[in-house]
Amino acid sequence: MSAPARPESLALLERLVAALKAKGLVSEEELAARQASTDRASPEIGARMVARAWLDPDWRRLMLRNGAAAAEQMGVSMAGAPPLGILEDTPSLHHLVVCTLCSCYPRAVLGYPPHWYKSFEYRARAVRDPRGVMAEWGTVLPPGTQVRVVDSTADYRWMVLPLRPAGTEGWTEDQLTAIVTRDALVGVALPQVPVAIAAE
Amino acid sequence: MSEAAFQPGARVQVRNDWPERRGPCHIRTPHYLRGRDGTVQRVLGSFANPEDLAFARPAPPRPLYHVLFDQPPIWHEGAAGDSLLVEIFEHWLEPAASPVQEAA
Repeated sequence: MSAPARPESLALLERLVAALKAKGLVSEEELAARQASTDRASPEIGARMVARAWLDPDWRRLMLRNGAAAAEQMGVSMAGAPPLGILEDTPSLHHLVVCTLCSCYPRAVLGYPPHWYKSFEYRARAVRDPRGVMAEWGTVLPPGTQVRVVDSTADYRWMVLPLRPAGTEGWTEDQLTAIVTRDALVGVALPQVPVAIAAE
Repeated sequence: MSEAAFQPGARVQVRNDWPERRGPCHIRTPHYLRGRDGTVQRVLGSFANPEDLAFARPAPPRPLYHVLFDQPPIWHEGAAGDSLLVEIFEHWLEPAASPVQEAA
């Protein structure tokens, strides 16, 4: 059995990298460093930022004023990354993030976007019927909560700072981080207190 | 950074322009907002114009705004009070004809 054909895209990538190196625009070390930081990025970073904001008012203020500076303090390299904006939910206002034009996503603090975020269905429906889309995640907002859909169309990337759920009083940063899911940071879901804990 | 022409609270209208009908282009202004009235919520800074960047043309920085729109008038459905918040470049905005907010 012969080896599978080498994809043409790989050869193209190699030629591009060689051309960029020849022009002195990138080095092997920079590529490796970027690859490593891309691989490290995961929703846990965003979740920890939120947990810290629930515990520390100074951190919360920093994060709302300059999301990228807050991410840097978490050890994330924001060099070359778009500015990060944080959308603060309140009891009367819930944010939902979508990119109707493509799939802009705060990768530096959430990692790769999930497949549904890039789907035509999510992109078309979130902006038109956000409550219907959220209901399919089982997310029904308390009466009196307005929905604000943030269409990420240009140079910022947006992450939601959800409300801290009741029943988490006295929790540590690690405990709080664990209930902030990727979906809650996009706004399709709300942080949930596990039933077993809530029943205690 | 270029000077921003609109301040937070300014009523603006998204230009009802369709460059995609005139030829190849790259636009960051969603079609559903063309011709719609909104309110400037915040000046986000100035950024190289993606419409030029996409074609490797010189791309001077242009002010970018976060503009808030009532959601129900756009789709003729939805819940009163729901809204859309979208990044729009200054060259897509003009002062709104009507200074008062559309009824939701």
